[in-house]
Amino acid sequence: MSVWHEIFSFEHYGELLSLVRNSLVAGAVLGLVGGLVGTFVLLRDVTFAVHGVSELSFAGAAAALLFGFDVVVGSLAGALAAAALIGVLGAGARDRNSFIGVLMPTGLGLGVLFLALYKGRSVNKFGVLTGQIVAIDTPRLSWLVAISVLVVVCLAVMSRPLTFASVDPDVAAARGVPAGALSLAFMLVLGLAVAASVQIVGALLVLALLCTPAAAALRVTASPVLAPVLSVVFATSAMLGGILLALGASIPISPYVTTLSFLIYVACRIVGAVRTRRGWTARRAPA
Amino acid sequence: MTPAIALRGAGLAYGSRVLWRGLDLEVRAGEFLAVLGANGTGKSSLLRVLLGLQRLTEGTVEIEGRAPRRGDLVGYVPQRLEVSPLTPLRARDVVRLGVDGHRWGFGRARGAVRARVEDALRAVGAEPYADVPLRLLSGGERQRVRVAQALASDPRILLCDEPLLSLDPGSQATVAGLIDERRRARDTAVVFVTHEIEPILGLADRVLYLAGGRFRIGAPDDVLTSPVLSDLYGTPVEVVRAGDHIAVVGAPPLRAEGAA
Repeated sequence: MSVWHEIFSFEHYGELLSLVRNSLVAGAVLGLVGGLVGTFVLLRDVTFAVHGVSELSFAGAAAALLFGFDVVVGSLAGALAAAALIGVLGAGARDRNSFIGVLMPTGLGLGVLFLALYKGRSVNKFGVLTGQIVAIDTPRLSWLVAISVLVVVCLAVMSRPLTFASVDPDVAAARGVPAGALSLAFMLVLGLAVAASVQIVGALLVLALLCTPAAAALRVTASPVLAPVLSVVFATSAMLGGILLALGASIPISPYVTTLSFLIYVACRIVGAVRTRRGWTARRAPA
Repeated sequence: MTPAIALRGAGLAYGSRVLWRGLDLEVRAGEFLAVLGANGTGKSSLLRVLLGLQRLTEGTVEIEGRAPRRGDLVGYVPQRLEVSPLTPLRARDVVRLGVDGHRWGFGRARGAVRARVEDALRAVGAEPYADVPLRLLSGGERQRVRVAQALASDPRILLCDEPLLSLDPGSQATVAGLIDERRRARDTAVVFVTHEIEPILGLADRVLYLAGGRFRIGAPDDVLTSPVLSDLYGTPVEVVRAGDHIAVVGAPPLRAEGAA
């Protein structure tokens, strides 16, 4: 029973809740960012890049811990550097994946090195890999909100041409969409989103926020308006639910978030399968 | 009147490999030009030149009297579209990208945009599956939707790059027919690159036949003959006609690199 008690505990819940107000705000903001970015991650098929960028973000955060500067700055620098490299060097899909395959272990290795050399609190060490909720102070929250606002504004502006260039690059280019510039711009936005997420859910589990909710949404809708909305709802539910469940327990937040995220995905797959069987494909009779 | 497309002394080469040179060609509004030839003869490159995505190595090109530029003057229908199963777009959303996909922003289509999308869907008979997700459309349906997308911007010139590839014969005839209808109704100039000669045989006004660095331009009946193609290929080639069917027999594979 003691294991269960470690995983789920609701003693002193009211007092704890007031302590994690910042975390709940952070969770909601990240849900918004993760849900929106995730839709484009899947549309552009750059899931693997998310993982690559998060490992470099982890290396940046670990370097920041070791050399004593702000962890937010470290993870941002790492994520943006990785995103820019992938965006510039990995233009083609095949190119990109092998390049990420090279980049990822390099990042992880550096991160492990920096953490091994770091003599500070081990909670900090673990946090950048698997996430934490308690340590979100107000300056850190401000960073997070600022990054998130930037991400959302950028996505809102480039949403339509980015969709065009992702689905049909040749036609989009012919219509004057700057496909190459957009592709790089999106990678940088992705870098920002990853850096923000790494702070809370940890480098290893960023995909639970940037891929799973969007994948769930795209199982149940093909509407370009509804898909991002559902994706945001799913991501936010997983984040907030994860934080609330993790609150009393002595375990990092990430397993709660990933499990909730996964359960939503399974539910959506079932709904999607039923919808397809019931005739999602049905053609109306010609008028 | 300014021709829709004017190429003068145009040539295109990759290094020492000349795709074509000395190409003088005018396509007038409402004309249907079919571009035929084997793989690698520079058919698609010609379209890229007309789209302003590639520069000529010699000569000049003008679209309605000006240098090619990106924009809504020219509509483009490429090969069959492969999409990720997780693409959040329905048929109508794809068509809409043809109207305002190049503009910054997000959100639902309203008013005039919506009306143009409906018109374009109706023009190709795609209304019955307007709300079906892109990934669940058949190849033929998807290609119709893309024709609608290209027509939605009401282009003066329509460039088609193998739009019939890997479609069944019925869909090939439908898609080619839609494009032909449009150019007659709106006086749109059409440049239609294709492998499949049959679906466009009754539609094309002229044929540009590319082979091994050389080319022939003329009415289909004048170009698609055994003597003309034998001369073009430099080897005996037989054009076999049987009713509506036509086949070019004995055309050699593409010449080695550097041969021109």
